[in-house]
Amino acid sequence: MPTRRAILFGGAAAGGALIVGYALWPSHRREDADRLDAKGDERFVSNWIKIATDGTVTVVVPHCDMGTGIFTALPQMAAEELDADWSMVRAEQAPPDSLFANGALAEGFILSGQGLGREQIPAFLRGIVGNSFRTIADFMDLQTTGGSSAVRFTGVYGMQVTGAAARELLVKAAAARWSVSPDACVTKNGRVILSATGKSFGYGELAAEAARYSPSSNPKLKSPTEYTLIGKSLPRADIPPKTNGTAQYGIDVQAPGLLYAALRIAPVFGSKLKSVDTRGAEGMRGVRKVVKLDDAVVVVADRYWRAKDAAASLAPVWDEGGAGNVTSASITAKRQAALKAGPFDVDQKIGSGAEALSGGRVIEAAYSVPYLAHATMEPMNATAVFRDGRLEVWSGTQDGLGGRAHCAKVADLAMEKVTFHLMHLGGGFGRRLPNYFNFLTYAVKTAMALPGVPVKLLFTREEDMQHDYYRPNVLSSFKAALDKAGAPLGWVNHYTTEDNANPEAHLIYGIANQEISTTKVTTHVPTGPWRSVEASWHGFFIESFVDELAHAAGTDPVAYRRALLKEKPRHLAVLERAAQEAGWGTPLPPRHARGIAIFECFQTIVAEIAEVEVADDGGLTIHRITAAVDAGTTVNPDGLKAQVEGAIIFGLSAALHGAITIDKGAVVQANFPDYEMVRLLGCPAIDVHVANSDGPYGGGGEPGTPPVAPAVANAVFAATGIRIRELPIRDHGLALKDRPSAIR
Amino acid sequence: MTIELKVNGTLHTLDVEPDAPLLWVIRDELGLTGTKFGCGIAACGACTVHVNGEAMRSCVTPMSAVAGAEITTIEGISANGPTQVQQAWIEHQVPQCGYCQSGMIMAVTALLKTNPAPTDADLEQAVTNICRCGTYPRIRAAVAALAQAQQG
Repeated sequence: MPTRRAILFGGAAAGGALIVGYALWPSHRREDADRLDAKGDERFVSNWIKIATDGTVTVVVPHCDMGTGIFTALPQMAAEELDADWSMVRAEQAPPDSLFANGALAEGFILSGQGLGREQIPAFLRGIVGNSFRTIADFMDLQTTGGSSAVRFTGVYGMQVTGAAARELLVKAAAARWSVSPDACVTKNGRVILSATGKSFGYGELAAEAARYSPSSNPKLKSPTEYTLIGKSLPRADIPPKTNGTAQYGIDVQAPGLLYAALRIAPVFGSKLKSVDTRGAEGMRGVRKVVKLDDAVVVVADRYWRAKDAAASLAPVWDEGGAGNVTSASITAKRQAALKAGPFDVDQKIGSGAEALSGGRVIEAAYSVPYLAHATMEPMNATAVFRDGRLEVWSGTQDGLGGRAHCAKVADLAMEKVTFHLMHLGGGFGRRLPNYFNFLTYAVKTAMALPGVPVKLLFTREEDMQHDYYRPNVLSSFKAALDKAGAPLGWVNHYTTEDNANPEAHLIYGIANQEISTTKVTTHVPTGPWRSVEASWHGFFIESFVDELAHAAGTDPVAYRRALLKEKPRHLAVLERAAQEAGWGTPLPPRHARGIAIFECFQTIVAEIAEVEVADDGGLTIHRITAAVDAGTTVNPDGLKAQVEGAIIFGLSAALHGAITIDKGAVVQANFPDYEMVRLLGCPAIDVHVANSDGPYGGGGEPGTPPVAPAVANAVFAATGIRIRELPIRDHGLALKDRPSAIR
Repeated sequence: MTIELKVNGTLHTLDVEPDAPLLWVIRDELGLTGTKFGCGIAACGACTVHVNGEAMRSCVTPMSAVAGAEITTIEGISANGPTQVQQAWIEHQVPQCGYCQSGMIMAVTALLKTNPAPTDADLEQAVTNICRCGTYPRIRAAVAALAQAQQG
């Protein structure tokens, strides 16, 4: 990974002023920012950092809050380099304005890879940039929160650099007052101190003067040994309002004269509304209007339950196009045919590829994962009002600026005519990223049909579950050849994809001959990123098949992986740490067994060991998940632990229960009873061990998810000899002992 | 028709249908948005409130069933600053997105009233709310700390 210093210089050569210019605004942009976002006597000193005369430092965060703690972690990174007094640091949401577009994100995605090219662009951004590599400027409109990118990109390329730059300016301002060289000054706890005399100025006293200087494009950054804030488990500021009902989510927006909208979306994806008799609904209490859209009918009423009841009473007739007969079985058959016959695109060939199979004992297996919904706890919603040629929208999205741009496009208005208020998100997990904004589309179209009236449009849980952009259903087949000692000579993997080859299919293991190919299969079911994206399936496929190889070789699964990771000291350390913490190899009670999996994604390595029990009657209990994590330098260790705990439970719900199936072209599952979740009962004990590593900053929100399904499946194999090659696990004759005796 | 409802100590006379769900009356009529909508079928617990002191899922509770009852919402229990449960939630850094936490806190608060020192098993049987962020380990830790404090 290039150094940040190299990026600032190298960036100037590769991308012109855009890269350098992003990190440190010229002075006129600071004035624009002051006009747009400074309150009272605050001044922007560098981008994203405002300092008020009382010394309050406000870090403007170009991300949304969906519970990952970045409104604490990112200010920690800025305040570290700024040498701020943490008690005076606040976080604030960046306005969804291009001035606050997250250039650091663009920089991170483009430059943290081995070179420039769209291969480095993660799947969730591919749709945004399209299939061709665009200019860096196109990225500058991003305020996306996803791809486990906030700390490793916004933090590293943005917050630390601008914190350091702001610190230099404050020192310059103080040095000028004292008529000394900046070298004569030090900074600590929000003050610039003259070393010789101990005299000092608070940052608040210096901010206005500091803002007059031009920031350096290459501020000096601290050495990690100097850190006092990075590495501390500072409590999250967003938590208290989330315990007393005052945190405001999209669904909580209130406005004078607010009306409520419920909708009926065409069940079969791609259908169009043919006709609907609205007379009955229009006569129901409180109903103000029935709005017909291309693929939905919306009922607007004075109260939500009235809108919902009226919408439920409608009997819309749909033109289903050609998809009305599609079933999960027909989709699977299509994928199986492609996986058998191709055509294949070879994504990676190492050594002699598939030819190596002839040299050893061949092991084969085929795997699959189902479609999954996101099922955020807050169903999709948005509130919008179209008044005097302007549109105002409130919603929780994973990109405020992207949300605003989408609404402008739907309304056919210029960006300046659209105001967007980014609310807290009641869960994101990829569902609320750009390209997946169907809720904004429906809300804006409804508001445009009722000028002057604010309308809150809310999906029912059923609409939310049946009109998602699903984690794709993916099939993957493997062949591996083992030598006499059981070590893999060759690895051949074919898998289905909806779009591109997935970098996550590439192995961390040292296998001399590899061939990894894809075959493209698309269906009418919309798909999108789901926590950990492609790693959510390749983690299960690869780590289950490696487990099969270990058993075929008659080798302990940890020892087998250890031998394949000889050249990867960080991976090896994570593997050993998980094994040690879980007591791998130590005796267990009868019917208990352990399974291991290790996976790297978003630059973070996670190993998980599941301890399960399978009773004689097939009852399955997941007792414990032990995780070891190397996310490089860790900004907030407790925050990272919380993310890994949550990622494990998210992955476990899917591994045990999750499946979205298709019948007659539509999603079968409608609500939680048929799309079940892990609850308190059934949630294993989870121990997360964070490695103290000097590796590059890794992502925090997603990497805990991929290893859990294979760790549990491998443990089930160890306990029973049942090899789970298709998720979810509950479809394999195992009864999950995780339902309370009575669910109220 | 009008229905009388006492919410957080205040009596309201409301012109709503007998089958109007308590959840939406609390949110849309009274503007108390701390109580959340999650599933609409009492499967997730995001809408949990107290009805005469007992935890109840308000999304399927018709107004006719609670006429004259005393309702307490998350706003009601927060009126005099954070309760012990809320303090434990902050101390253990429980919430992530936070959306389900009003319901979780109401369910746990009701449990602690009848069982001040619940075991993990008691908690798991009594609180069946869904959290998609996966805050269960911290909920367990927070409740265990509250139970421990009870037992001195």
